[in-house]
Amino acid sequence: MAETRFMTINMGPQHPATHGVLRIVLELDGEVIVKATPHIGHLHRGIEKLAETKTYHQSIPFTDRLDYTNAMGNNLAYVLAVEKLLDLQVPERAQYLRVIMAELQRIAAHLIWLGTHVLDIGAITPIFYTFREREDILRIFEEVAGGRLTPTYLRIGGVSKDLPEGMEEKIKAFIRAFPDRIKEYETLLTKNIIWLKRTKEVGIISKEDAISWGVTGPTLRGCGVKYDVRKAFPYSSYEKFDFDIPIGSVGDVYDRYIVRLREMEWSNSIVQQAMDRLPKGPTIANDPRITLPPKDDVTRDMASLIRQFKIVSEGFRPPAGEVFASVEASKGELGFYIVSDGSNRPFRFRIRTPSFANLSALPRMIEGGLIADVISAIGSIDIVLGEIDR
Amino acid sequence: MTETHLAVKKLKEKFPKVILEVASFRGETTVTVSKGEIFEVCKFLHSDPDLQYHLLTDLCGMDFYPETPRFGIVYHLCSLKSNQRLRLKARVGETESIQSVESVWKVANWYEREAYDLFGIQFENHPDLRRILLWDGYEGYPLRKDYPAEGPDFDKPFVPEV
Repeated sequence: MAETRFMTINMGPQHPATHGVLRIVLELDGEVIVKATPHIGHLHRGIEKLAETKTYHQSIPFTDRLDYTNAMGNNLAYVLAVEKLLDLQVPERAQYLRVIMAELQRIAAHLIWLGTHVLDIGAITPIFYTFREREDILRIFEEVAGGRLTPTYLRIGGVSKDLPEGMEEKIKAFIRAFPDRIKEYETLLTKNIIWLKRTKEVGIISKEDAISWGVTGPTLRGCGVKYDVRKAFPYSSYEKFDFDIPIGSVGDVYDRYIVRLREMEWSNSIVQQAMDRLPKGPTIANDPRITLPPKDDVTRDMASLIRQFKIVSEGFRPPAGEVFASVEASKGELGFYIVSDGSNRPFRFRIRTPSFANLSALPRMIEGGLIADVISAIGSIDIVLGEIDR
Repeated sequence: MTETHLAVKKLKEKFPKVILEVASFRGETTVTVSKGEIFEVCKFLHSDPDLQYHLLTDLCGMDFYPETPRFGIVYHLCSLKSNQRLRLKARVGETESIQSVESVWKVANWYEREAYDLFGIQFENHPDLRRILLWDGYEGYPLRKDYPAEGPDFDKPFVPEV
């Protein structure tokens, strides 16, 4: 009998379809994958260690750089954790602004996913459509916060500034137009026979396996598990908005696609509800130990100047304790576990990122499948290496 | 005090000697258990029909240097059935090891590799305990408190061997 040997292929870390620097070693029997071993860490920047040397305010910009397609959501998870630690109440207007920005960011993140995922599989057109709408959202961010990819808009206690004049109209114009745009993407893909052949019954993971591998977000909901942190553990007044959690049934690449499309529609609806009911009032809590004083006061009033100086140079000292706060980021459950020893720097700064757990389940999805479907599966779990490697 | 968290109540009944401390802070419940029984406790929390902690949200290491035992392992569990979270903690000494929970939750495989990689904590019965974020052959464990944040060799010139 002839000897059987498997062929080993190295995919990545410089591979356009791995969305960054992911390396997978594949063992192949012909075109069938026998074993897949992901190697990560090429983008490791040591954010958890770095944050232990910074004050709490100084760590906000790090969070933008975790999953750089979902910066607002990352900001939100971090500030929620610190606010929980401080037991700080956030004004309602700030909570609504956070919801609006987080949901717009979710739409932008899903648009990147949609464009690049279908580009990987071979459909070139949709990325031009999706980046057109994403550009609208990034323009909104630029005007509101000053940054596009890494806006660092949220602050501990609220948001950095209120909406500029005329912004409400711009956001409303976007949400009016966006549902028709989703229909455009759907005409390109949902019943496209090539798309169906490449995604249906591909990269399947069962409900039980997905939970055991810690999969969250649209990848988990694609298997039919109705778990969404916004519903399960509401934060930032999500309980006041009316939305549904779309789920799939089979748990294949196509189900994840449908789930994300429906999620964009619901995100759009949440932004609409938040804009309609946007309360008036302050956009940041006024706690002299924690939040910066208004800029006008700093230039006129000695006490405010001292307060600003103390907060910027020393930060604040939360009580000793530990908290875990998580949000539904575009990829899944993003959580921050912060341990304070009572000093002005965190004792432990742990980031639970969704892509890390989702990627650990990738071998389960692709083993036994064809090598061409690896691309499909990687795209469908929507990994961002920035948050896997941290 | 009457115990309101169902999991804590059940754990106290089932493992009276294993529970070292129950703490509550900002509405979160933390149970510290002795490290020898961590596997049994996790298995129970996962399989008990009333609790069903099927989702291991997070597992991470901690360094309490210079305290002894030096390390801590923190497990964040989530029950999809009752929508409750529970935090488990166990302390591990520098020369000791702790049982792996990989056979309870598959995701623990990577999380434990990460704790091993960044803290040097040893896990028993782990199928594939090797570095995950850093490369093989890396010296030291960067998240330990005695490891400098700027790196051990930041002031030494980097001269590659030719």
